[in-house]
Formats: sequence, structure tokens, C-alpha cells
Amino acid sequence: MKFLVFVKQIPDPEIPPARFRIDPQTNTVVPPVGSSPVVSLLDELAVEAALRLKDEHGGEVTVVTLCNNPAMNVIKKPLAMGADELVLLQGQAFEGGDAFSTAQALAAAAAKIGDYDLIVCGTQAGDWDNGQVGPCIAEALDIPCITSVGHMEIVDGKIRGERTIGDTTETVEAPLPALVTAGNNVGKARYPKLRDIMAAGRKQPQVWNAQDLGIDHSRVGAAGALTKVRRLYVEESVGECEMIEGETPAEAGEKLALKLREMRII
Amino acid sequence: MENTKNTKRILVVGELADGNVVGIIGELLGVGRRLADALGGELSTVFLGSSIIETAKQAFAQGADSVYAVDDTVLEDYQPELYASVIEKVCKDLAPSVLLLGATPIGRDLAPRLSWRLKSGLASDCVELSIDPETSALIATRPVYGGKALAEVDCGTTLPAMATVRPKSQAALPPDPARTGDVVLLNVYADPAVAKTRVVSKTTAEVKGIRLEDARIVVGGGRGMGSAENWKVLEALAEDLGGAVGATRGACDEGYCDTVFQLGISSKRVAPELYLAVGISGASQHMTGVSFSKHIACINRDASAPIFSEAEFGVVGNWEDVLPAFHRKVKELLSG
Repeated sequence: MKFLVFVKQIPDPEIPPARFRIDPQTNTVVPPVGSSPVVSLLDELAVEAALRLKDEHGGEVTVVTLCNNPAMNVIKKPLAMGADELVLLQGQAFEGGDAFSTAQALAAAAAKIGDYDLIVCGTQAGDWDNGQVGPCIAEALDIPCITSVGHMEIVDGKIRGERTIGDTTETVEAPLPALVTAGNNVGKARYPKLRDIMAAGRKQPQVWNAQDLGIDHSRVGAAGALTKVRRLYVEESVGECEMIEGETPAEAGEKLALKLREMRII
Repeated sequence: MENTKNTKRILVVGELADGNVVGIIGELLGVGRRLADALGGELSTVFLGSSIIETAKQAFAQGADSVYAVDDTVLEDYQPELYASVIEKVCKDLAPSVLLLGATPIGRDLAPRLSWRLKSGLASDCVELSIDPETSALIATRPVYGGKALAEVDCGTTLPAMATVRPKSQAALPPDPARTGDVVLLNVYADPAVAKTRVVSKTTAEVKGIRLEDARIVVGGGRGMGSAENWKVLEALAEDLGGAVGATRGACDEGYCDTVFQLGISSKRVAPELYLAVGISGASQHMTGVSFSKHIACINRDASAPIFSEAEFGVVGNWEDVLPAFHRKVKELLSG
């Protein structure tokens, strides 16, 4: 089995609101000093889901990431978790892309790698939260796509994924090759062992630019984008948290109830 | 050939459930009405399904100028490629300038596929929409970075411009029973052969009391609850508050709660009057699902937890010490 997983490096989503800054010139986040980027949560769960399928069925997991400012220890985390290969898409042409033009680049990378059985992506990235790239790649490659999947398994050469719509959980089946997007109910991702982190550190990614993908510059990055961010901003804070205190924790609990009643919230 | 640049039509992709137009569609027609008026165009909606004509009529009273339907037994249940192919054809026929969907599980699954096929710019999960008076472009505002920032997105010049809209972010119009009309049946072939996936089984979780999405008060629990047994404390509290219980990813991973009730990125989003977070640290992926709550209160033993910077009211303490007294007081206040 050949698995491809697309992951994204993002600024740490747990940057406290008080330290969250935006550069209005570039409409990008300015991470506070000392804050390291991370692999987007659902992408990490996508890696986990692919590794579980590999554990059961054997095969190879190739991780692909599009990133012009990679932190090597971050983008190598999937390798440390157990992925076999890492492909880094990098180049000026990819700068300023949106979901649509990013999907163009990733689909081209999938086509170049070829012979994949299953592609796994996170349902949406923890920064832009669009949830578009996965289904768009599937459309581009003309393969089935099951979104927001928790548990997944391969049965008789078909992928089966559980997804939740409202209060209903449905099991959806598709022939391979297919694309699945991992939801946040995949379960816990494995922790890389120190030995594997060291081994991943020594492994070098394959680096491809737009030319290597054989894709015209007009289709990727800002040139291929359909949408444009006009403004990224932080809303005025609604004020501090009112701390409800008491002689005992129980008294504080009672006061909270009184406060909510007084405010006519309950 | 029809000039697709100037139809100025706003088209809402309808959703039906249990013989009714779902709530978000009324909200989409509410915001769609404003956009149609700004563009000087028509507000339309299209429903896909089987034997849906009577139900679809409800959309007139909710503000639609015209209501379309593709009525076919093969459209009874949502299937992504099939629905995408039908709506793609409907868009060719009706040539809307703006295409709106709910940011529901179906809308979020369907919209990216349509955006790819139509080569349309799509903004997901928007909380505000407007028309740029200069360019007539669709401008969408959407929360990003777990609700820490807002992005204003220009959906571009390819028509239709597309957006999915966050449930409960828009006001529906007051229903006007005087507005009626005939549903126009569209002769679009729904070809079941395009389907690439099939549903092999379905299970529906038993919902005791109020649905999470409809609840006025949501009690949220995290990994800090410690056990499935302790989880019942939250359920009892929610019941007395007339609310529902939601969970973090951590609590679901530990098996305290069915993942159906998980709140956050890629799972449920709620916007209740009150979100009471118990033993929840406030991770960004969770807050994405609750940040549009009107009021947030929290109980957490760690005063430095991020939840305190998002909450309006906070108590520092172990939930085991705080919650029983809170619950007793709530009962006393609500009975008196």
C-alpha cells in the first residue's frame, strides 16, 4: 500500500490571545519570540491514521508539505512518527496561495509521485480553517473523497471511513485510490521516540519547486489564487475575565450561579 | 448566450431534514436578501431531494423570490459527487453571481468540490457577508486562528462567488406567510453513476433531551473530568439547566463521551447563550467550536489556563469542589 499524507506547518495555535500579533502590511501572523510553529493538529492525526493503516497492511507513507519557511524539526515530525519519506514543495511561485492554488500544487505533487492507494489530509488546517484543500485535491485527481473521518479501515481493497453528520455516524466506502480527510476524532497521535527523532533528523526531504512539478506558475501561489485576503485583524478584546472568588471553592461555585442568574443568563 | 456577469442572482443551496427546511437556510435567506438588495438582484434557492416540492415552498415565506427544485428519488440522501454534479448544472442554468451554502457537515463537504468545478473563489464558515459597492465582489469575514483573528476575504471575480455561512451567525427574516409562489422544477439529470462513494451503514446516537446545536446552555467537559462516571455529573447539571453537554477532543479520546458530542475544529460548533467550560484548558482547536457563544464561564484548577482569557466569568478550583455547590445553587435559583 502506498499512502500519501499532506501536512501543513502553521504558527502555534496556542499562542495566547494577549501575545497574538498581526502584521497589517502582509496580513500574516507575527509569532511571538520563542514560539515554534507546529504541524497542524488534524494533519498530525492524518499522519497517525495513515501510520495505523500501514501498521496493519504494510506499505509506505510519504508525507508532502508545501512550505517556504520550514522549521526542519517541525516538518520532520511525521518522519519521527514513522513516515518513510518527506517531500517539501518550496519556491517563490508557491507564495501567497489560497486553498484553490495550494490544491493545484499538491495534486500535481500526488500525480508526480504516482501509484498511490490512499491520500490522507487533515480536514482543515488550524490556522485558516478553510477545509477546502482535501476535497479540491480529490476533484483534481478525479478520485473519491470522504471528509472528516474518525476511524478508517481498508477492507477488500476499499477504504471505509466513519464520519459524523449531526448526531448520525455513517460508514462510507470508496474504492482505492481515494482521498480521506482526518477529523479530530481519529484518536491520539503517537509520540515519536527519541531514537526516531534522531533518525528523522538525519533524513533529508526531497525538495521540489513548481518546475519540478511541471506546473505552470500561473496556477499556483498568488497567481493561481481565486480569493484574496483584504484584511486580517484582531477584534477588540471584550474585556478581562471576571474572577469569581469565595472563602471556599464551593462558595465560589455558588457565587458563579448567582452571578449568572443576576445577569439573566440562567 | 446568457451573460453570466450580470444575473446578480443570489442562489442559496437548500437543505432539508425531517420534512422541513433546516434552520440555517432561513438564516442564509436572511443574509441573501441583503446581498440581493445590494446587488439589485433576485434571491433564489434550490433544493435537491425526493418528493420535496411542498416542503421547498416554505422558502418563499423565509424571503426567497424564487424557489427551484431538482426532485428525483436518487437524490433522497446526500451523496457528494451526485449533488455536486447536479448543482454544477443548476449553476450553469441559473448563472448566479453568488452561491451560498450553510457551513453544515453537508455544506462544508460539498462547497469545496463545487468551488473546484466552477473555478469559484470560496470563503468557508463566514460570519459576515457584504457586496463591495465598487467592484460588486462578495466580501466575506471569517474567524481564523481558532477565533483569535478575523479575515476579510475577497471571493474574486469568477462567478458565482461562493461562501459557506456559519450557523446562527445571521438573522433569519421574520416569516411572511403572505409571500408564496410556485416551486420551479428544474429538468436536470441526476446521474447516479457519478457517485464514487456509498454509505454502508448509519447509526444515530441517542440524544437525551435537547440537541447540542439547539441548546441555549451548553456545559462542556474536558479530560479533567477524569472518568465516564464523573461525566454523569455534567449531564445532570445540563439537564437541570435545560441545556446539553459537549466535550473536548481529550474527553472523547479518553472515552468519557461519545465523539458525536465533540465540540471544536472539524466537529460540532455551537453558539449558545452560555457555554460553561468545566475542566477545559481552552485549546484553540476546541475554542473554534464555541468561540461564538454569547457568554463563556469556566471552572478550572489552573489559573493560567488559556480558557480564562476567553471566558467572561471564571472560578479557579477543582471541579469536584466547585461544581456540586454550583449545581445546588442553580437548582435552588431555578426552583425559586
